[in-house]
Parts: sequence; structure tokens; C-alpha cells
Amino acid sequence: MVRQMANGPFGESQSAPALAEMAKGGAEALLSVEDVRFSYGAKEVLKGVSLSVTAGTLRGLLGPNGSGKTTLFKCCLGFLKPKSGAIKIGQKPIGELGPKRLAAKVAYVPQEHHPSFPYSVREMVEMGRAPHRGALPMLTKRDHEAVEMALGRVGLADRANENYGHLSGGQRRLVLVARALAQEAEIMFLDEPTSSLDFSNQLIVWETVRSIASQGLGVVICCHDPNHILWFCDEVAALKNGRILADGPVGSTIDRELLQTLYGREIHAETIGPRTFIYP
Amino acid sequence: MIFKRKLGSLLILFALLVGAFFPALIAGAYDVTAGQVAGIVWAKVRDKQVPANVTRAQEVIVWRIRMPRVILAITTGVALSVAGVAYQGCFRNPLVEPYILGVSSGAACGASLAIVFPRVFPGNQPTAFVFALMAVFISYSLARNRGLISPVALVLSGIIVGALFSAVVSIMKYLAADTQLREITFWMMGGLYYTTWADARLSILAVIPVFAVLWYMGWHLNLLSLGDEEARSLGVNPTLCRLIIIVASTLAASVCVSICGIIAWVGLMTPHAARMIFGPDNRWVVPAAAILGAAYLLACDTIARTLTMAEIPLGIITSILGAPYLLWLLRDKGREIYG
Repeated sequence: MVRQMANGPFGESQSAPALAEMAKGGAEALLSVEDVRFSYGAKEVLKGVSLSVTAGTLRGLLGPNGSGKTTLFKCCLGFLKPKSGAIKIGQKPIGELGPKRLAAKVAYVPQEHHPSFPYSVREMVEMGRAPHRGALPMLTKRDHEAVEMALGRVGLADRANENYGHLSGGQRRLVLVARALAQEAEIMFLDEPTSSLDFSNQLIVWETVRSIASQGLGVVICCHDPNHILWFCDEVAALKNGRILADGPVGSTIDRELLQTLYGREIHAETIGPRTFIYP
Repeated sequence: MIFKRKLGSLLILFALLVGAFFPALIAGAYDVTAGQVAGIVWAKVRDKQVPANVTRAQEVIVWRIRMPRVILAITTGVALSVAGVAYQGCFRNPLVEPYILGVSSGAACGASLAIVFPRVFPGNQPTAFVFALMAVFISYSLARNRGLISPVALVLSGIIVGALFSAVVSIMKYLAADTQLREITFWMMGGLYYTTWADARLSILAVIPVFAVLWYMGWHLNLLSLGDEEARSLGVNPTLCRLIIIVASTLAASVCVSICGIIAWVGLMTPHAARMIFGPDNRWVVPAAAILGAAYLLACDTIARTLTMAEIPLGIITSILGAPYLLWLLRDKGREIYG
């Protein structure tokens, strides 16, 4: 039913490096989650989750509300400490890294937020340089270069001096992506970066993230639309009730059966031309 | 370039503060000319004899009375302003000020206890200081839940502790004799009337290191103002950072409040004024608010002691000038700046 869909909708070229990376025999894991359990009080939210993030791969994380996606993210980012299991970067558990060194490795794009203070776009992106700063409060030339490059990558270089809070929802997400890029981490976590965006802005964010992954970062993206994951991601992990139900390349992993198990309702999938569509 | 423009603005502000310094020494009920003031200050700084054209009374008034008072106005303005910046960044709320954790009610409680029971509590100042720190410590401990402290819990516990200490102040007012009641009321209105060199020195010792720490932490404050999770994902430990920033700013604010009573609004106004000129980057807002606060309090204190024959409590002046300003800020500028 669902065809192999490893390449993005905008041509083979974009995901070619990613495919090349995968062809090398599954590049080494940048981050590995090993049998992680976590509970809020008596309620166990993660029941032994294992996952790995590899360079140049865009990995979608799919799951119904309350499945533990956000908790998994928080564990990977060091906000929460798992009850058991290990989360490692290379060979090192993230707990041993400390916030600053962890931030140099793992960047985070949060969900939409309104900052309490009217920072400019450039100031927001400059904050991404925090893990690389020395003792001095000034940014170095190297910092400024990284900031300009990140702004250019998301196409917001000409709006750098505007008030971040006054941008549209889609542009705000792109600013947060740029901040994560300026962080120069190897791994990037995005928490529902397209929620509440219009159709065009969703695609712009996805294309940007796709090209970031293709250039060698390991990207994990949490998303509610299986279509987007099918169209843009290389791999997918499906999470339900704190357990991984399926994990693998999108084309061979996302199928009607999996989605029906995940969401508990009738779901159809159809392939039209190069793309597969999920619909009710 | 933005950096040069901001640096220029900061230098202009600093020049204004220096410019306000001498008029504040010259103004007052007792006539002293600008030349005489310059002569006295120049001589005293070099530890020499004052010039021959200065009388003994003028020397005492300028150097013993006005000078420490001007210095205390400056340090208090700096302390309350940078504490305001720090609290607003830490709690991600542009409307909090140093008193939110109970500094003022704690200090008022200490001072009123010391006024009503002078034998039990030695001195208004030390008692006010101890109680201010105690109030903040209690707020902080109450907000602690399984090792984590959420900003909202902290603000709420600050309000609770504030209410508790205010109740004690009310009891003291009820028990106080007439003269004591008057003293309590005056203390709570805030003022710099009895400033001595010892007070000025103490405030300098407290404020300069705190200012340095907060200026250095300005960048961390930017990150903290995004929220704990984002701050952490950008590489700072939010709990530790907030602890350092709050302890430092509370220390400076408590020292100043214990010396000169409750002076409202400064900690709320000057950070906003600084943000209007420099934008929200705390690396600029901290020094700018410090200078603005110093200049504002110096101006208010000079008005307080020269406007009428009797002295008006400083807290009244800062409130009368501050409240309309904040109203204007919220109604006109608020939408423009804070969206």
C-alpha cells in the first residue's frame, strides 16, 4: 500500500546526502536512548524506550497526545532525569555533560512561545551562541559569523533587526530554528515546529528542517501529521503509551495498520504519483 | 552601528548623572556656592585643608551632610534598579520589582519591632536588614518543592510572606505610642534624612560588587527570561543562575532599604526606561537602569529636601512621579514595545 518514500517531495537532490549517509551502513549513532523509563509520581510515562539518532537523518516522532513524546524529548534534553536506562551522546551519558556541554551537542527548538521581553530577531539568534561563549560578555567575530549564517539559512537575514514578537508564527519558528543552528550542535530536537502554522509556512519550516538534516545534522522532530513525516522524514519512530511500536525508514514503517493501532480508528493511505497520502 | 550607538547613549546617561551630582551638593537650605563646593570636594578627596573662603558650617554641611546623602541616593538608586532588572528577568514578568519576595515588608516589620521594642532589638537598621533577608529566605524556602523552585510559586510565597510581615507591622502600629507610630510611619515612607558616612560606605560596599555580578550575569538573565527549559537547552543551569542573581540583588536591596526605608517604584520604573532606550538585552539594561535609577533618586531626593522648608519623605516624591509614568508606559508604550 504505502510505497518507499525516502526522498522528499522537492526532488531527489535534497535528501541525497542523507541517503548516502544511510548507505554507509547506518552511520554511528550521535545520540542513543537505551531502555529509558520515566514516571511522574506513580504514573509511568516512558516504559522502556530505545531510540538512536544518526547524523544526516531526519527522524520523525509520531504518536497520539499523551504518548510520551514530550517526556522523551525532555529526557533527551536533560530537563528530566530518567528513572532507569541511559541516554548517551557518543559513549557519554548526558547526565555527566552538564548543561553547557550538553547544549553544545544538542539544540532544541521549542513550541511556539511569546517572549516576555521584546528581543529582536538577531538577539534571539545570538542567544544560540551561549554554549560557545567564553568569560567575556561580548560576542566574538566567530559568533557573529555563525549568527549571520544561521539567519541566512532560514532566509531571515533581512529581518534581523525586527522585533521577534512582531513576526508571523512561521517566521518565529524559523527564528528558533536559526537559533538552534547558531548553536552549532550535532543534534537538533524540534517539538511540533509546525503546529498552528498555515499550509505554506508548514512547508517552509519542513523544507528548512529537511535541508538542515541533509547537511549532516541528526534531527528529531515531533509532529502530529503522518503525511508530513511521510513526505519529509527519513526515519520514523512511533510511540504509544510510553512504548515504541515501530521504528525504521518511513516508507517501510508507516502503514495503515500502524496508524490504526496508534490512533485507534479507521485510516486509509493512498499513493498518488510520487507521494503517499494518509486520509480518514 | 548598534553597539556604538548604545555605548554613546550609555556615556551620555553617565554624563547626566555626573552632571546631576554637583547641583545636588549645591542645592539646599544653607547657601553654598558652586566654587565653594568644588573647593571642599577637591580638598577632601586629596585629604587636604579646605580653602580659606569656606566656613566651618559650610564644610560640615557639604561634606558631612550632603555628600553621604548624595552617595546613598546614588547607591540606593543603583541597587533598587538593578534588582528590578534582575527580578523582572528571573521571573519573566516585566511588572515585578525587588519587593516581590518580601524585602520591603520584612524590613518594615524589623524596623517597627525595633522602634516599638528598642530594648529587645538593637537599632532600626540592623533589625530591618535581618528581617528583610529573613522574609526573602522564608519565601524562597516555601517555594521550594522537591528541589525545584518555580517562578510562580516564588512570587506567590513572596506575597504570602509579605502579608504575614505586614500583619506584624500592623500589630506594632497598634501597640505603638504616638511618637513611635510617627517614627514607624516616617520610616515606611522612606527617606535619606539622617544619612551618615557610615551608611554611605556600607551601601557602597554592598552595591558595587552586586552591580558587577549582575552586569556580568546580564547575558544569563537574557537566557533566563526565555524560560527555564529554553535556558537549559542553551546551556545555563536556570536554578543556580536564578539563585545567584536573586541572592545578589536582594542583598543590595535589603542593605539600602534597611538604611533609608521603603522607596517604591524605582525598581519598576528604571528597568522599563532603560529598555525603551536600549532594547531588552540585559547586558545594556543593567548598567543603563543603574545609571537612570541613580540619577532619578538623586533628583527626587534633591527635590524632596529643597521644594519646601520642611523635608518631604523621598518615597512620596518617587511615587508621585513614578505612578503616572508607569501608567503612561502601560497605556501608550506597552502595546508598541511588548506587543
